[in-house]
Amino acid sequence: MRYVDEFRDPELITKASEEIRRLADPGRRYRIMEVCGGHTHAIYRFGLKDILPSNIELIHGPGCPVCVLPMGRIDDGLAIARNPNIIFAAFGDMMRVPGAQGSPFEHKARGTDVRIVYSPADALELAKKYPEKEVIFFAIGFETTAPSTALTLMSAKAQDIRNFSVFCNHVTIVPAIRAILDSPDMRLDGFIGPGHVSTVIGCRPYEWIAKNEGKPVVASGFEPLDLLQSIVMLLRQLHAGEAKVENQYKRVVPWEGNRAALKVMADVFELRPYFEWRGLGFISQSALRIREKYAAWDAERRYSVPETRVADPKAAQCGEVLKGVLKPAQCKLFGQECTPEHPVGALMVSSEGSCAAYYNYEYRKSLVTTIRSVA
Amino acid sequence: MCLAIPGKIVELVAGQNHVGIVEVTGVRRKVQLGLLEDDLPKTGDWVLIHVGFAMSKISEEDAMEQMRLLMALGETEQAMEEVRGYGLENSADPYGRSHWNGKSSA
Repeated sequence: MRYVDEFRDPELITKASEEIRRLADPGRRYRIMEVCGGHTHAIYRFGLKDILPSNIELIHGPGCPVCVLPMGRIDDGLAIARNPNIIFAAFGDMMRVPGAQGSPFEHKARGTDVRIVYSPADALELAKKYPEKEVIFFAIGFETTAPSTALTLMSAKAQDIRNFSVFCNHVTIVPAIRAILDSPDMRLDGFIGPGHVSTVIGCRPYEWIAKNEGKPVVASGFEPLDLLQSIVMLLRQLHAGEAKVENQYKRVVPWEGNRAALKVMADVFELRPYFEWRGLGFISQSALRIREKYAAWDAERRYSVPETRVADPKAAQCGEVLKGVLKPAQCKLFGQECTPEHPVGALMVSSEGSCAAYYNYEYRKSLVTTIRSVA
Repeated sequence: MCLAIPGKIVELVAGQNHVGIVEVTGVRRKVQLGLLEDDLPKTGDWVLIHVGFAMSKISEEDAMEQMRLLMALGETEQAMEEVRGYGLENSADPYGRSHWNGKSSA
């Protein structure tokens, strides 16, 4: 067991892992999807796979916003930013994500004014600081991040800051879960529900997964003990033949979510009829666009967007990994052409991408073992 | 991106709607409180911060635990860089905005 000294309470960890072994039927295979990329990162970082019995398989879900963004959107955003009067502002996570015409960093090297911001509010500050320029904020993220973009747009409108706009790529998690459940090559027994998305949307939006699909969902925290407890809660339900939504992360997630955040999102955004996801294809009503009343701050309305569609590099199997059909190491490019230093796909860029998480914690460990065994 | 950073509210900025100053391991930065409009935090409360916005109130104990988690995940540096990146006008802080803007745009 790795990193045991870092666990909050080793005794509780032992108890939880014993409970998991007691509950898991040795004659059955359990496939549990952790939806959120933050969970994927934590699972690899803490080596939780080593604690679980071999018949419990954790499948990595689509909850990494950088990973699910189709390449064409990056090219589109950067295409409209090529104008010398424009400042392209985005989170640091985006900077090395490859578009077909290069990453934001590569565009910066070619002369585009690309800036890292840590908050959408800071992108708005940039617009105030440079009134002669136009600032485009490249918005990305699930419901965790969308309310912050919404409040920033409300603030831009209230202050009538006209040289600011948002290129909106916000997506919603529930339709992605639906797409995965509809996928014929995917059989899952339950879900570890997202932690911080649930602080905003609450637990109710998952109820159909339990009611209509018969799969248990447990919204979970990010500590090793949180994740193990969530697995215990899922196994208990499966053991009892139940399917319901439970909240393991009560200390942060209110059952009803954050009403103020939902209100600002509803004021600023509406659902797009459909949106393309990397690996999952077009999913109806799965993404947000800016409402008409904020049209003046919507980069897609203000500028002419080329609507680039780019197929993923042929050999890369990002889509299969994103859907959980392939493990990262089963992709032909993994660890060879595609590494965190030279990423081909977005799953290798973000620390929440399953390829980067697997590479940093599992693959490097296996290399060390190989070297040791050779020596 | 999914991880949130714990911070303690040390000041509510007068004259600015729903803006507070938080302290995260000794660094003070401006955060937006508008998403907690229904239950605004007071000075001394702990909040979880995501992209410059407080997203939920938490207990001090949970805040400590969250900081430990970031440390264990190797994300403290990234989190601190993020916090330092949040705007703070008129700051006498030596690690203020200009310093970090310089670094991050390199």
